[in-house]
Amino acid sequence: MSVIGTPASREAALRVHGGIGRSVRDSLVVAKRNLIRMARIPEVVIFGLIQPIMFVVLFSYVFGGSIAVGGNTDPSTYRQFLMAGIFAQTVTFATAGAGAGIADDMHKGLIDRFRSLPMARGAVLTGRTLADLVQTALTLVVLAIVAVIVGWRVYNGIPKALAGFALLLLLGYAFSWIGALIGLSVRTPEAATSGGLIWLFPLTFISNAFVPADNMPTVLRVIAEWNPFSATVQAARELFGNLPEGYPVPGAWPMQHPVWASLIWSVLIIALFRTLSVRKFRSATA
Amino acid sequence: MPGAIYAEGLVKTFGDVRALDGVDLDVPEGTVLGLLGPNGAGKTTAVRVLTTLLKPDRGSAFVAGIDVLKKPDAVRRSIGLSGQFAAVDEYLTGRENLRMVGQLYQMSARDAKVRAGELLERFDLAEAADRIAKTYSGGMRRRLDLAAALVVSPPVMFMDEPTTGLDPRNRQGLWEVIQELVAGGTTLLLTTQYLEEADHLAHDICVVDHGKVIARGTSDQLKARTGGERVEVVVRSPEHIATADEVLRGFGKGASSVEKHTRKVTVPVSGGAKLLAEVIRELDARGIDIDDIALRRPTLDDVFISLTGHAAETDATETGDAETGDAGAETGDGGASGVAGASGAAGDAGAQQEARP
Repeated sequence: MSVIGTPASREAALRVHGGIGRSVRDSLVVAKRNLIRMARIPEVVIFGLIQPIMFVVLFSYVFGGSIAVGGNTDPSTYRQFLMAGIFAQTVTFATAGAGAGIADDMHKGLIDRFRSLPMARGAVLTGRTLADLVQTALTLVVLAIVAVIVGWRVYNGIPKALAGFALLLLLGYAFSWIGALIGLSVRTPEAATSGGLIWLFPLTFISNAFVPADNMPTVLRVIAEWNPFSATVQAARELFGNLPEGYPVPGAWPMQHPVWASLIWSVLIIALFRTLSVRKFRSATA
Repeated sequence: MPGAIYAEGLVKTFGDVRALDGVDLDVPEGTVLGLLGPNGAGKTTAVRVLTTLLKPDRGSAFVAGIDVLKKPDAVRRSIGLSGQFAAVDEYLTGRENLRMVGQLYQMSARDAKVRAGELLERFDLAEAADRIAKTYSGGMRRRLDLAAALVVSPPVMFMDEPTTGLDPRNRQGLWEVIQELVAGGTTLLLTTQYLEEADHLAHDICVVDHGKVIARGTSDQLKARTGGERVEVVVRSPEHIATADEVLRGFGKGASSVEKHTRKVTVPVSGGAKLLAEVIRELDARGIDIDDIALRRPTLDDVFISLTGHAAETDATETGDAETGDAGAETGDGGASGVAGASGAAGDAGAQQEARP
């Protein structure tokens, strides 16, 4: 039998999967593909680590003695306070990875190939975001080790600490869906990288991540308190037991109930950006 | 009964550009249709519509008897697409690429693995199977891309400029694969800028320009419409061009054409081989040395020029650039507007007297 050119003989090999089963399977196939890529281009993962590690060291030792947290300028207090902020900023960088990866796939014609296959519609994007989640988790592990080396500790027990990391990962996963939409909307991988990063700086700095928000001008303070990013930082700090004695918790609802606020924000972001991205994917053109 | 690929009145506009302006296609099962035209003519847009990648503004399309607009997922199960770029993941090995595509065609992991092995063998990639595709040559990537399109041996295949950028040996190899496919009963729509390729592979040819089919028929029918034979003379020295032109016009039935840099003079004739002997005697009598003389039938290049008023290659400057309504590319097209008018007129004439089989 000839390998090519016998259409009828292959019909039997085609199984028709439906609904969720197909979605999950196709997503995992694509996720595996992206993880293999990451393993073969380790530079990307390594460079992704350098920036947060630099932040840990710079903020800890350069700003550490000058920033008062809860009326306390002790550098070690600031270090405890800082880490959740750096962790949270790091997970949001998954946005740039997802965006650049998807833009690159568009550019190389791979998205066209995927779209011409009888696969679940959302699977290309879900597979990508799942792979990014794995990468983000690895990055967090390394970063947490560095943080412990410079003196960071958790004080509320391991289960709560893990819950804190789970919230951070959920935020990272949500942000990778924003990245997916950016990747589908720009023309080049380069644009996706910078487009995925620039807005993250105001977002992560107008927040409680690096300094307490209570010294900010009113407008910025309100933004910071309602910033989805702040909710996760606050929740992680609470779960890690990193809120210093006498730290005034702002009265805004998300700051009072940070775990719930973090969950709600992340789920909302996923729901909104997944819907928009999958819709965009269906009509995507390189 | 409509063919394996059938389209009626396809219209797609991108801004001001009508990439498809009422395209009808009908490709009988087991045959090859060559979609021929310069960049920006609408070939890729047509392929994208038929492969469910793009929704047309108007018109309907059926592939393997399935409505492309209503049941795109069912269509996807029946088609293979090999686009303008070798769409393979360059950080996966050849084998991993094919297994992934197989699984996404909903084959079981085991079937996909077996199939990947078969295809790698067939496409002469067995040795490179476990190297990442980044290390492959252009020809190897193309073969891998084609193998990916053939994972499920789809009854209908689409190939968008499959040989663009390939060296002659790889092109020949690809042609053989295509012929094998078609011999096995696959229906194929092939776009190309290479007239020779359409001539060689396609049963029927559609010439498209500015989103319209301006002529269709078999290669022979198209050539017949362009007129009969021509005599082509290449003179040895440039100063003989004028005299040779004069001689040929004496024998010719129409306007002659002169290519100075190749010292070639061409004129349409009737009278066959006997006439050729007379031309040679006359040139000889005038003391003109010739490097080459031939009586030839019109090529598809001649067809293209007579239909569109310009050669296919004149627009082919941005090879590989997707033509999906890229306004820039289309404007570039219009830059050759000296011939645009002529092209329109020739196009209309062509449309009125379509040589359908």
